[in-house]
Amino acid sequence: MAKDPADGNAPLTGRSDRGSAGGRGAAVSLGGLVKRYGDVVAVDSLDLEIRSGECFGLLGPNGAGKTTTIEILIGLQEPTAGQVVVLGRKWGEDDRSLRARIGVSLQETRFPERLTVAEVVTLFGSFYPRGRDVSSVLREAGLAEKADVWTSRLSGGQRQRLALACALVGNPELLILDEPTTGLDPQARLQFGDSILSYKDRGCTIVVSTHYMEEAQRLCDRVAIIDRGKAIAVGSPGELVASLDAHLVVEVELAAGDVEDDALRRVAGVSSVRRENGALLVSVREAHVTVPALLDLFRTRSLSLAHLTLRQATLEDVYVALTGRRYRDG
Amino acid sequence: MASPLRQLVLARIRESLRHPETIFWTFVFPILLAVALGIAFRGERIDPVRAVVVDAPGAAEIARGLRGNGTATVEILPRDEAERRLRTGRTAILVLPGEPLLYRYDPTRPDSRLARERVDRALQNAAGRTDPLRASDSPVTEPGARYIDFLVPGLLGMNLMGGGLWGIGWVVVEDRIRKLLKLQLATPMRKRDFLLAHVLARLLFVPLEVAPLLFLSWLAFGVSSSGSLLSLAAVATAGALSFAGLGTLLASRARTTATISGLINLATFPMIVVSGVFFSVGRFPGFLQPLIRALPLSALVDGLRGVMTDGAHLAALWPQFLVMGLWGTLCFVAALWLFRWT
Repeated sequence: MAKDPADGNAPLTGRSDRGSAGGRGAAVSLGGLVKRYGDVVAVDSLDLEIRSGECFGLLGPNGAGKTTTIEILIGLQEPTAGQVVVLGRKWGEDDRSLRARIGVSLQETRFPERLTVAEVVTLFGSFYPRGRDVSSVLREAGLAEKADVWTSRLSGGQRQRLALACALVGNPELLILDEPTTGLDPQARLQFGDSILSYKDRGCTIVVSTHYMEEAQRLCDRVAIIDRGKAIAVGSPGELVASLDAHLVVEVELAAGDVEDDALRRVAGVSSVRRENGALLVSVREAHVTVPALLDLFRTRSLSLAHLTLRQATLEDVYVALTGRRYRDG
Repeated sequence: MASPLRQLVLARIRESLRHPETIFWTFVFPILLAVALGIAFRGERIDPVRAVVVDAPGAAEIARGLRGNGTATVEILPRDEAERRLRTGRTAILVLPGEPLLYRYDPTRPDSRLARERVDRALQNAAGRTDPLRASDSPVTEPGARYIDFLVPGLLGMNLMGGGLWGIGWVVVEDRIRKLLKLQLATPMRKRDFLLAHVLARLLFVPLEVAPLLFLSWLAFGVSSSGSLLSLAAVATAGALSFAGLGTLLASRARTTATISGLINLATFPMIVVSGVFFSVGRFPGFLQPLIRALPLSALVDGLRGVMTDGAHLAALWPQFLVMGLWGTLCFVAALWLFRWT
């Protein structure tokens, strides 16, 4: 995890390389990061390299260590051990100038209740040397109509958007969003994701943590799957899915009766079998071989199907394959 | 003023003004105080002494002697009941008939001491004593020399102290509890600007805390300032800033509202007692005087009284300004050092 020499010496205002830097140079590198609280290990020798200009997802169930990692990343917590290099700097050297280059939205942010949305964003903008025009930030965050509303009157989704606006108003080189969509309904999550996607094009590096696998798959150039304080897989969602032994999943719901997992595993081309919410999830390598074979099996057992879908494997399947545990995003 | 500081001050002021409670405590508390004073000082006449004569042979005659010239309101009660009245402060003195007469009273209570003298004189006169020396009274009633003139600057000082400590201490700790401070911590905002904004926003409340009480006590009691209102404003502002500094210090670590109220009460109650709000600092022994004079509330109340009753020039009040300045500055510096966001 050596820090990138080109980035390490970049002056604070040297942002000319931002637009073209996509994929080159490390915006963040974490080396052997450990955080212990007494006997509890929250982060367990985590190594990560986040490239300039990418949208990087920290993915994992609640309690995996994502928030701790982010709080260390933004200098709110000290690691027990390990190196943290952010935009070529370390925390404790000149924190104020480093913070000026980072926009942060923390989990479940609260705002002064009786300030309006525009007042809060103006306040946060004033902290940054290159603060942006407030009304354009509000437009981007989808809060233009709420500019004069007290923050206490905002819905959960609007509040998350306000947190995003506060993170954006400083014109950051690095945008860090901790669980920005937690608690939102699927519709609001989709909208929020669209907002985030539009910033990727600005050459700004984005680090986003989420426990929604499908969200990470949609938004992120690369993700790290975090489990029990370790990064158990790092790569683009496509690469991670491709790395699976079988990257297709047959979802089967039986109308009645059941079939034992072993019988399914013996079917040609089946890589693994698991069950979720009453459905059988069968990972297969080649659909044209295995699907007919599965149908044969059901026919010989006289089992009738309620439902059968063939889909691409997702990050959730990657998580299950790597940990052997079911993924819970609750 | 730098832009972040200006925005922080604006945010503080907006938040305060949008909380009806703030306005309530700022305006209503002084008004309630003024009303209470109005009741306590409703007339210039002196209330008759409340005396109890213990029921025994001769009691009726003693009561007649006291009532005769309007010295006292007198009741005749059995010993038990009479002692209870004295204990609970509902009478100033007991008179026990006998030879000799016995006065039971608490000499540490000023009204009891007064009652003893007046009751004794009334009874002696009734028994035939005549004063060898002729004397008559000329009561002081001109504004500036009454107790109310002493009290108003004290109350102003107390009000400014409460405003600074509660207005900053409580608000900062509440924001800390609600984790409002955590997000700002992730920004490049300076701790100094944050705390300074709280101090500066207090300046807005100085006129709101001072003017209503001053106006009402002028309207009702004719209390006025012999020094200029500008000097008064200067002293009040220095006091407000001093207590704002102390407020930031008290708020620097507290994580619960119970802790901050405890700290504020711990700071305010002793000062209300010793700093000359209700009675002169002169009542405390000499060796304590320098200590008391070094308290911020003493300096503020002294300064306010200097301007209001003596018409003192600001230059003459330099020791008070020095004390207030030192408290404000040192507390603020300590707060910068001790302050925690979470």
